[in-house]
Amino acid sequence: MCRLFSLTSSVPISPMRAIEALDVMKEGHDGSGIGLFLTDLAGPFQDCKHLPILSGIFTHAGLRRMEEFMSSQGFTPGYRLTLEAKESPPPGTPKRDIYLSQVFEPPSAWTDLAPAVRERELTKTRLALRHMGQAEEDMVVFSFWPDVLMIKEVGDPMEIGQYLGLDREEVYAGRILAQGRQNTNYGINLYACHPFFIQGVSTMTNGENTAFVPIKEYLGSQGVPGYEGYQSDSEVFTHILHFTLKGLGLSLEAYKHVITPLQDDDLEAHPDRDFLHTMKQACRRLIIDGPNCVIGCLPDKTMFMVQDRKKLRPGIVGGRPGLFAFSSEACGLDAAIPDRDKSKDFQPMHLDTAIVSPDCQEVRICRQTQPLPHQH
Amino acid sequence: MSANTAVTPSTLSQRDLPWQIDWDIRTCTLCGRCTAVCPVNAIEFGTFRKRTIFTPPLGLLDKRTDKPSGQQDRPSSTSSVYYGIRQRTDPAYACIGCAMCNMVCPNNAIKPHKSESTDLLRFHRDRGGQPRTRGGRRNSGDSVLDQIKFMRISMLTDPALDAGRHEFELRTLIGRILPPAEALKTQRENGWMPPVREIYPLMIGSMSFGALSPNMWEGLQMGVAYLNEELGMPVRMCTGEGGCPPRLLRSRFLKYVILQIASGYFGWDEIVHAIPHMKEDPCAVEIKYGQGAKPGDGGLLQWHKVNQLIAAIRGVPPGVSLPSPPTHQTKYSIEEAVAKMIQSMSMAWGFRVPVYPKISASSTSLAVLNNLTRNPYAAGLAIDGEDGGTGAAYNVSMNHMGHPIASNLRDCYLNLVKLGKQNELPIIAGGGTGKNGNLAANAAALIMLGASAVQIGKYIMQAAAGCLGSEGDRCNICNIGRCPKGITSQDPRLYRRLDPEQVAERVVDVYVGFDTELKKIVAPLGRSTSLPIGMSDALGIADRFAAERLQIKYVV
Ligand code: SF4
Ligand code: SF4
Repeated sequence: MCRLFSLTSSVPISPMRAIEALDVMKEGHDGSGIGLFLTDLAGPFQDCKHLPILSGIFTHAGLRRMEEFMSSQGFTPGYRLTLEAKESPPPGTPKRDIYLSQVFEPPSAWTDLAPAVRERELTKTRLALRHMGQAEEDMVVFSFWPDVLMIKEVGDPMEIGQYLGLDREEVYAGRILAQGRQNTNYGINLYACHPFFIQGVSTMTNGENTAFVPIKEYLGSQGVPGYEGYQSDSEVFTHILHFTLKGLGLSLEAYKHVITPLQDDDLEAHPDRDFLHTMKQACRRLIIDGPNCVIGCLPDKTMFMVQDRKKLRPGIVGGRPGLFAFSSEACGLDAAIPDRDKSKDFQPMHLDTAIVSPDCQEVRICRQTQPLPHQH
Repeated sequence: MSANTAVTPSTLSQRDLPWQIDWDIRTCTLCGRCTAVCPVNAIEFGTFRKRTIFTPPLGLLDKRTDKPSGQQDRPSSTSSVYYGIRQRTDPAYACIGCAMCNMVCPNNAIKPHKSESTDLLRFHRDRGGQPRTRGGRRNSGDSVLDQIKFMRISMLTDPALDAGRHEFELRTLIGRILPPAEALKTQRENGWMPPVREIYPLMIGSMSFGALSPNMWEGLQMGVAYLNEELGMPVRMCTGEGGCPPRLLRSRFLKYVILQIASGYFGWDEIVHAIPHMKEDPCAVEIKYGQGAKPGDGGLLQWHKVNQLIAAIRGVPPGVSLPSPPTHQTKYSIEEAVAKMIQSMSMAWGFRVPVYPKISASSTSLAVLNNLTRNPYAAGLAIDGEDGGTGAAYNVSMNHMGHPIASNLRDCYLNLVKLGKQNELPIIAGGGTGKNGNLAANAAALIMLGASAVQIGKYIMQAAAGCLGSEGDRCNICNIGRCPKGITSQDPRLYRRLDPEQVAERVVDVYVGFDTELKKIVAPLGRSTSLPIGMSDALGIADRFAAERLQIKYVV
């Protein structure tokens, strides 16, 4: 089972803090990879918050191809951060040429684009690079989005964190999602490392999604750029969230109703039953199954945790105003925020969504049986 | 030996028949029950002559005369007469292997057995130039569905579910489901939402009132009502063409019924007249364009079965054969049918009832489906594969026409996937589900190949009423009204054999048993909160070509 750990903090913190928590939880963990999602960035990236950052791994040839492509599209390169590891990689981790995070100024023609169009163009650019990289195997692109860094690598999380020097201040962030991957059903693949990302929406999961194929087939057939790839059976959770927020214009509270709708009796008793009934039927193809705990972060930096219908996976939320963590296990939470009021720790059950808003002041619990906030 | 016995081209020996009767003279008490029960008069009382030869033992002395015996007692022969059971070999009366004779025999003195070689009867079954028509099955035991295995089983990384203890939501939706954004918009704006029913994924397929006996029909309906009202399983049953008894139309049980209209429109007068008095809407309306056992052919209710009651409900004179034309006579194309028929049927109930067509699985299924995806009123598509059963069809249609369900369904589902409309238009698959007794496994395979629901006909007749028919051309006389079990007969002397209460009980048993088995399949696959429609990654088959064709895993 993968280890999950996320932090939401009002002051930027080092991603190593999340990796250390993963390390505490590591028991029995085969360390087949680490994935990091960083947003609300500090340091040099803070100065260009509105500009997209390209995150990925490149060979020298790949880097050149990427630069040529980006300039052919009219992008101007800006601040660049490369994680150049000097010593040799830890066992199991391949030697890479360049871990890159680079800011790009979009073409001037984009200035007048509507935000939605602009977002789609950014996604299309990332997909074009991803496809180029897949063809030549010289670049792996994880994200291309303002105020978002993504780092993924195969191997033991702690060793990779040290190897890549992830405690440098340039990568400090206010929101961090981190996953220590344990590969189960599939071969090891860089893209398969959680968290997954699309247009500001990022989630990670521990567990297995047995409804993967039908959901993948559904999302993949909706004609939405970015609903593709699916190297991991949990990648669809990110896209369902994206679909809920952007495709349906619903709020995070509705996400739980999409992936694990209420059963008939509860639905009947719900104040929004007509709406939820329609949603249950129309979104039936997106119902998840199998044991899953999903932790994610929204474009507005809200962080949350939800459980599947059966609640077969561990998951715990706790912290203090200004710093909260979502962890797959309590020991991870203890390691990262030892000085919290443990009596306020919360383990979401099958009806709960635990939410920490961007102000980072408290854990709000949204139960599925409660009325939904007004949907717009 | 007499030289003048009539040996014509169609004279057959017992050996030439597919079913032969073993009769045991030592245990038979000549009670006559077997001959009385035989539905096709294949056996009759016979008088047999037996010659006994007397040969005096040679060399022994006759005690009285003290002479060698034989000197006086010469060899002689006598004839005696005895009675027994004779199997007729006239093709018109050939034994159908139903084994009713055995069922009623107090001593087990008689039983049919199947000839191990190809029978010659098949060459003679078109006497009078009439090819054989029969009720029943395709006579092929093969089933791709039976070869499919479920293999995506969670062992250690993820806990498997407990079929007995976890909660399961194994319902399906019949009716057009709008795409999420559109559905929410329609709901917000109070627009017209296509009717959708949440039902149990195993439906009882269309078998008409007329094809089935009143007792059978009543038994099924009672079973369905019990499942719904006592056990909370929303099982639905389709009427088949031929209407519906007026009492049912006006009852609250109508909501468990799918009304079928077919090309002959039989029984629709009755339904239309009942609309103003209906307390409940029917679950759905099925428009039948074809069925798997006789694709491209209409229905046929032979005159044997058109008694007063059936005639009255169907609005026809009694005692005449009722062929339905192959297509609706007012329609000339599927586009036309979709536009008009679905719309007018929807209109009849104020657009509150899902209306969907049923077609035979065939190479045109995709065309039909594509048309339906663009019709806002189409509520689904039922596809019936070549293994479907029938009350009457030509032998040749049943055995040699049509398309197997697995690949046809798969093509249709993947086509919907391509359009991004999977499950928006539910596909109901049928035809040979459970024909070898593996109902739950077959149904689960169809669902994972993409069916939203599965329908059964033959299986429920076999399991709930003891239909004798098998894939080995056994019985299959449903069409001539002499069903020995009273399932498909309109003759009260026969259908009184069938107790509706017991049929109802068996229907319930079948469903409850099926439900447990289905859970036993889906629980280890980690599915419990939604029906695993299209979960094709769980399926594997040891046939490379089948795997490729169905786009599932090839495993050996
Ligand atoms: S098996 Fe059936 S058809 Fe054959 S003799 Fe017996 S009762 Fe008649
Ligand atoms: S038992 Fe009745 S229903 Fe079954 S095959 Fe024979 S005639 Fe047909």
